[in-house]
Amino acid sequence: MSAISINNLCVWFGVGAERSYAVQDVSFDVADGESFGLVGESGSGKSTILRAIAGLAPTWSGKMSVAGETLGPKRSKSFYSKVQMVFQDPYASLHPRQTVDRVLSEAMNLHGVENIDRRIGRLLDDVGLGPGFRFRYPHQLSGGQRQRVAIARALACDPSILLLDEPTSALDVSVQAEILNLLVDLRREHKLTYVMVSHDLGVVGHLCERIGVMKGGRFEEVLTVDAMRRSEAQSPYTQHLLESSINSIR
Amino acid sequence: MTDAPLLDLENLWVKFRTRSGVFDAVRGISFTLGKERLGIVGESGSGKSMTGRAVLRLIRPPGFIEADRLDVHGEDILSLPEKRMRQLRGGRVSMIMQDPKFSLNPVMTVGQQLVEALRAHEKVSRSEAHKRALEVLDEVAIRDPKRVFDLYPHEVSGGMGQRIMIAMMLLPNPEILIADEPTSALDVSVQLQVLDIIDKLVRDRGMGLMFISHDLNLVAKFCDRIIIMYAGRIVETCKAGELRNAQHPYTLGLLNSVPDLEHPRDHLEVLKRDPAWREAPSVSARV
Amino acid sequence: MSTSQGLRNWLLSEEPTSRRQARFASWYKGWLTLRSNKLTMFGLYVLAFLLLCAIFAPVLATHDPFAQDLGQRLLKPGENGHLFGTDSLGRDIYSRLLYGARISIYIVLLVVMVAPLVGLIVGTVSGYAGGWIDVLLMRITDIFLAFPRLILALAFVAALGAGIENAVLAISLTAWPPYARIARAETLTIRNSDYIHAIKLQGAGPFRIVTKHIWPLCISSLVIRVTLDMAGIILTAAGLGFLGLGAQPPSPEWGAMISEGRKYILDYWWVATIPGIAIFAISLAFNLLGDGLRDVLDPKEDNS
Repeated sequence: MSAISINNLCVWFGVGAERSYAVQDVSFDVADGESFGLVGESGSGKSTILRAIAGLAPTWSGKMSVAGETLGPKRSKSFYSKVQMVFQDPYASLHPRQTVDRVLSEAMNLHGVENIDRRIGRLLDDVGLGPGFRFRYPHQLSGGQRQRVAIARALACDPSILLLDEPTSALDVSVQAEILNLLVDLRREHKLTYVMVSHDLGVVGHLCERIGVMKGGRFEEVLTVDAMRRSEAQSPYTQHLLESSINSIR
Repeated sequence: MTDAPLLDLENLWVKFRTRSGVFDAVRGISFTLGKERLGIVGESGSGKSMTGRAVLRLIRPPGFIEADRLDVHGEDILSLPEKRMRQLRGGRVSMIMQDPKFSLNPVMTVGQQLVEALRAHEKVSRSEAHKRALEVLDEVAIRDPKRVFDLYPHEVSGGMGQRIMIAMMLLPNPEILIADEPTSALDVSVQLQVLDIIDKLVRDRGMGLMFISHDLNLVAKFCDRIIIMYAGRIVETCKAGELRNAQHPYTLGLLNSVPDLEHPRDHLEVLKRDPAWREAPSVSARV
Repeated sequence: MSTSQGLRNWLLSEEPTSRRQARFASWYKGWLTLRSNKLTMFGLYVLAFLLLCAIFAPVLATHDPFAQDLGQRLLKPGENGHLFGTDSLGRDIYSRLLYGARISIYIVLLVVMVAPLVGLIVGTVSGYAGGWIDVLLMRITDIFLAFPRLILALAFVAALGAGIENAVLAISLTAWPPYARIARAETLTIRNSDYIHAIKLQGAGPFRIVTKHIWPLCISSLVIRVTLDMAGIILTAAGLGFLGLGAQPPSPEWGAMISEGRKYILDYWWVATIPGIAIFAISLAFNLLGDGLRDVLDPKEDNS
């Protein structure tokens, strides 16, 4: 059974004659426990798909079903306990006036989790932050630390699916490596399903198994990461992306 | 004649007075820049952007600059009065920044900004400036210069905006170009295009290029010489082609922490920051 | 000495170990920023001084503010034990000034409790809900914004009779729209932030989001605006008093005192001028404080 099933998804902004489509006629499936990547350049609609799944895009059409539940205009409480999202900008994803403790405990309160105190300690451990970080404000944290808190918040209610919107693109290379390792470990430990958006093929290649390449709101191609490594892309656009990205000197 | 290097820096410090003491952003670095492409690589907080701004003396209080030597083509600029400094900025040393959205004036057309940039440094008539602006737009591979001349910055794409920025900075024929993360805000395919243009212009005009970036691989492919900065100091310097033989653990760590499509690994190498790196003296990159 | 050092270290700690410590630490750092601005501290001291004068008026006053003594009319400042002289009815100006401070602060407190709160609620609901709720609330705001303050006060006085409470009511009804506008503008910006999306994704409803997440961020702009508006509110109240619409005689309200002293301003300048200086001082103090608060509360720390 697919964890996520998207059929003919269209997302648009504006009304009537000024309607512009961010996503047009996109269909794909993500299996349980799989890690699926969405790549493309800016404006290709990849982040919009994620937001549509999360319920943050108001105008859409098509059919979406997540964990067996078909999605309507609003999301249910059970949806939120199964699907969570990590955002791109670590400097914008935490409320500036709330401590880490407040962020995590509120998330757990909303989901009715018990033993909040103990679970906070465990969550911080899971994402590699010690107890000393618990009562800090966001401005006392570095970019990498903030992103870890954002991941902890996403894991607070024990979801099975994580939507990752370019989680490392705003981070330094060495910090990115730590966060990517963390994401790999967490997926293994908690048997998570990932849908990850990125413009960086190296990052996607590290974390994902299959990739959807997007251009202008549509899918150009869906291929496995293995095929991508062997440069066996079928669409010329994908080839072009691959060539522009391969800049390793080793 | 072997003339003086275009830029000669010795023991540059950039400090900030804060409530809890003096914070050193750049701690005693030295390097020279000739008619070459020099890449300065570092992560956030390494001091690389501060270095670029220090060369143009764009550090405002509470920051201040200290250096044993800061020469542009043999001329000491540390002691230059502000009026002369203004002529130097843009006239002999230019800077391109990361995001054209924030570095182009949103209420002036592209053409107006180009003309203003030129007339600030050379006494030319408006029509002459107009003509030179169109020429330089053509040089940065903008296909319809006349149409773009009348556009506002929000009406052009990111890549085009960056090319306009380059055009604007190169109009007054500077000797040195400082590029601070010029392609980080651009899409991958546009990045190569913009880099090609910078490369061509720098080569054709015999300029020196200081390319500041966080992307080690990009700099290795694009520059002739590389300087790697950490915590305000230079930890290593080498020729671009010899990067794979880098010695310093920080450089190796940076190289190894980038996920490589062609060489998959289960876990990426995590950089173990040794406190000794901060304390070690800066490596001189003077040629 | 060592305990105060210990307290200071506890407050400046980089790794707080409890919610209380984190909150106090955050306030303490704000206080340090405030303290470093000399002008702001001057404003704060002046306000604190005026507040103390108001609270301890019965102790500090040398005479009964209402006691008339026609034999001691219009005495110069310093004469006969009257620090600031006497007015046209022989009442001690200094004592009246002290009791008048109470009235000014009372007016300020009343307005502050009503106007910003109403503005905050209207503005945040309007900004967050959008759609027809937004349009409706903003048009209501526009209607109230269109009322000229003094004319409305006149209308209230005509309808309800003169007095401080009615003056305060008139001021509050015209003071809340700007706060609504500020709150709405902030809400529109904050609404699209990732942290709001994130808490929505935890299943938070609009009430929780507006009260627990948006209000804390609007409070700072509102506080700054309130302190800067204080001067205007006090002047308006003084203006109403001057027109005879606010506090009624023999109440020692500063604006009324200026009004009474108008006739004597050429020969007995102190009767009108000294209350005027008091109004000037409190307005200036609020302005300076508001300016300094802006530096403390402006979330510059949000950005990298």
